[in-house]
Amino acid sequence: MSTVTHDHPHDLSHDQDHDHHDHKPTGIMRWVGSTNHKDIGTMYLWFSFTMFLVGGAMAMVIRAELFQPGLQIVTPEFFNSMTTYHGLIMVFGAIMPAFVGFANWLIPMQVGAPDMAFPRMNNLSFWLLPPAALLLIAAQFAPGGGAGVGWTMYAPLTTQAGPAMDLTIFAVHILGISSIMGSINIITTILNMRAPGMDLMKMPLFCWTWLITAYLLVASMPVLAGAVTMTLTDRHFGTNFFNAAGGGDPVLYQHVFWFFGHPEVYIIAIPAFGVISQVIPAFSRKPLFGYASMVYATASIAILSFLVWGHHMYTAGMPVETQLYFMYATTLIAIPTGVKVFNWVATMWQGSLTFETPMLFSLGFLFLFSLGGFTGLVLSVVPVDVQLQDTYYVVAHFHYVMVAGALFSAFAGIYFWLPKWTGKMYDETLGKWHFWLSLIFFNITFFVQHFLGLAGMPRRIPDYALQFAEFNKISSLGAFGFGLSQLLFLYVVVKCIRSGEKALDRQWDGADSLEWTHLPSPAPYHSFTTPPKL
Amino acid sequence: MSNKLANFLASFAMLWMIPAAYAEYKLNLTAPVTALGVIIYDLHTVITLICVVIFIVVFAFMFYSVFKHRKSVGHKAAQFHEHFWVEVAWTVVPCVILLAMAVPATHALVALRDTSEPDMTIKATGYQWKWGYDYIKGEGEGISFYSNLSTPRAQIEGTQPKGENYLRETDTSLVVPVGKKIRMLVTGNDVIHAWFVPALAVKQDAVPGFIRDTWFKAEKPGIYRGQCAELCGKEHGYMPIVVEVKTAADYTTWVASQKANMKKTEVTEDTEKKWTLDELKTAGEKVYANNCVACHQANGMGNPPAFPALSGSKMVSGPKEAQLNRVLNGKKGTAMASFRHLSDTDIAAVITYERNSWANKTGDMVTPAEAKAARALPALDETSGK
Repeated sequence: MSTVTHDHPHDLSHDQDHDHHDHKPTGIMRWVGSTNHKDIGTMYLWFSFTMFLVGGAMAMVIRAELFQPGLQIVTPEFFNSMTTYHGLIMVFGAIMPAFVGFANWLIPMQVGAPDMAFPRMNNLSFWLLPPAALLLIAAQFAPGGGAGVGWTMYAPLTTQAGPAMDLTIFAVHILGISSIMGSINIITTILNMRAPGMDLMKMPLFCWTWLITAYLLVASMPVLAGAVTMTLTDRHFGTNFFNAAGGGDPVLYQHVFWFFGHPEVYIIAIPAFGVISQVIPAFSRKPLFGYASMVYATASIAILSFLVWGHHMYTAGMPVETQLYFMYATTLIAIPTGVKVFNWVATMWQGSLTFETPMLFSLGFLFLFSLGGFTGLVLSVVPVDVQLQDTYYVVAHFHYVMVAGALFSAFAGIYFWLPKWTGKMYDETLGKWHFWLSLIFFNITFFVQHFLGLAGMPRRIPDYALQFAEFNKISSLGAFGFGLSQLLFLYVVVKCIRSGEKALDRQWDGADSLEWTHLPSPAPYHSFTTPPKL
Repeated sequence: MSNKLANFLASFAMLWMIPAAYAEYKLNLTAPVTALGVIIYDLHTVITLICVVIFIVVFAFMFYSVFKHRKSVGHKAAQFHEHFWVEVAWTVVPCVILLAMAVPATHALVALRDTSEPDMTIKATGYQWKWGYDYIKGEGEGISFYSNLSTPRAQIEGTQPKGENYLRETDTSLVVPVGKKIRMLVTGNDVIHAWFVPALAVKQDAVPGFIRDTWFKAEKPGIYRGQCAELCGKEHGYMPIVVEVKTAADYTTWVASQKANMKKTEVTEDTEKKWTLDELKTAGEKVYANNCVACHQANGMGNPPAFPALSGSKMVSGPKEAQLNRVLNGKKGTAMASFRHLSDTDIAAVITYERNSWANKTGDMVTPAEAKAARALPALDETSGK
């Protein structure tokens, strides 16, 4: 190939397409048959946003019923179904696919690769998701309604549930297969397809976080598959894994589920950390503080995450020695997590800060994820957890880390990379409105839930004693506001795509990963077909 | 009395007041009435305070940056990205803080799990959807009863104003004496429940097929309310717990009256009494309202397929034996529990009511004697019993 000289130092658009004619298939087959990491990333992101709205609608039903004491709107069994599918859809349909969307779009560009290692498997990984989502939605219409078992699907309650439970188990299997295949792709791409000079310790931290997360997924998703398969056979094939009368133990389910379930929450959080680690340095115009410590801290969190599952089951009846072990191990995770938070603050320290929307969401993340982390520390102490397990304190804790944590990080990432993906800028004023509305309504919704939990209000109840009424009302109002604010986000994204102002190739002057320094905006359909010179 | 001692006693007294003060604002844990509960309350306070302090310090740095290190005030970015000793410090200091927290946490946990040498032992069994209590050992042993939610459905549905103890009131309470170590054995009958009473700082999962234990020692007489804390099906929110802590004398009186009542029911449940259909039907309507209405609905239409309609049901208009069998034994693999614990009269009444209500006009009467005889039947095979 001939070397290309630049006529226009800032115009990178001719660099990459001299051996292609940017040939894109057209029509629906472009999407159905896509093996392009950018198209697949886009599909993941749109899918996840759609699921976010579906799961969000379920949350609105929950909060509407909880607005006042009494049963006004739905039956208790429907309420239980809503809590179940709100959780399943948000975890498996919204937040996880969102970060896989980021992985698909960014990893090849950030390591200087032309695409993912297995483009066809990548296609399958995505296209497994819509049928799984349809199964979860179809479960609502099964005889008896959706399974009201909680997203954690504890046995032996699940043995009693109607046919919706089987649809749900099937969906979980499909979602797991999709994640495992995606992880294989990510690991192989990062380990094998980095451009020459892109050493592992030179990669953007976002790639490190996905490398580590992919291993977590590969190790933990099969365990979830095991748990739900045992549930299926207990239901239909005469096994007694979770039935004491047959020699089994209901608590076995909890062990198997949470052995998956704890790494799962880090599967959600660690890519979020990766996004933040790209955004904060960019808007501080300063390198990420302590890159190596960040890598080690992330790896420590990942390894530790396999050793602490018991803290989700402190009251199940385990011996005191086991409780002590899990308590100590769980509090340990605070240390690498704290290191990360300090490193982000140290990145900002003495920087030259600006506060566009991505940075606002990152700061929101930093502040509120840390708050959620602290309530996690409170919960890790067994004697205190005895009062708080299965109450709204736990609900508040995980919504702080999942919503104000992972979701805000996803918003930060979307605002940050929209210019690179679309070639257009989003409306900064509206983006800021989305941030402030989300921040305020989020806190109205979930801060008061800490008090509900402390006062002893359990989870997963459609109706409650009168002393819980005030804070439930406030929480519901906040939830309605938060839900509406997300429609603003939809508007911002659509407006950007259709009529946003042209973005710069390097829209953010503090951004320094390859997609910003070596590729135009929008990034070409095929990028780095020859590796960049590093 | 020396100043120091006076000060110490004053602060100690104030410490006891703090839970009460905060409880008013419902911002904190329920005011504990056990010594261990106070330890847990204080542990929570200390840990939360430590977290708040660290939070403020860390975010003071962040907000300082936000204001002083912004581009718009002309601040230029430094380019450092490492500092060995700072990083060591902020790794080691949290370790030390966590170790410090671990010590009182360990003491509290070991105390929490020490169920040895109780004064009394009581078993709590979680059912779908009520609690059952059996006094196993100690004063009152042999007493046994169920405890159902007693809030009327009208209050839940909003056609009546809600009472003060809405959803946290029961027809019978777990009565215990003050100042005695009560060991609670907790188990489940069907699915996992959890026995949770915040004021006693007790929560224990009720796992079917296994018996777990926990303990409490209430220091103050009073009524303490809690509820099931593990999702157990549709009425999970409707199975409260009421614990009445009585003085030793009052407790002894209660035990005597319970035992007398138990004797009375044994003796006076007259299965030979000649009931009329109407009498049974009237009595049965009450039994239905207390036991069946949540699933099968007041209009008998249920919520099929999980909760079959009784009105127009083949089983209800078919042979009495099959229906008796179903009510006495439940249906495995479904939410239909066994109602064997109801008296023969109640069983007879409720079935008579069902067979003569709504679209059902069988004209049948089931007598208490027939109910008693049906107890001997083995459960219907689930595939053929429909």
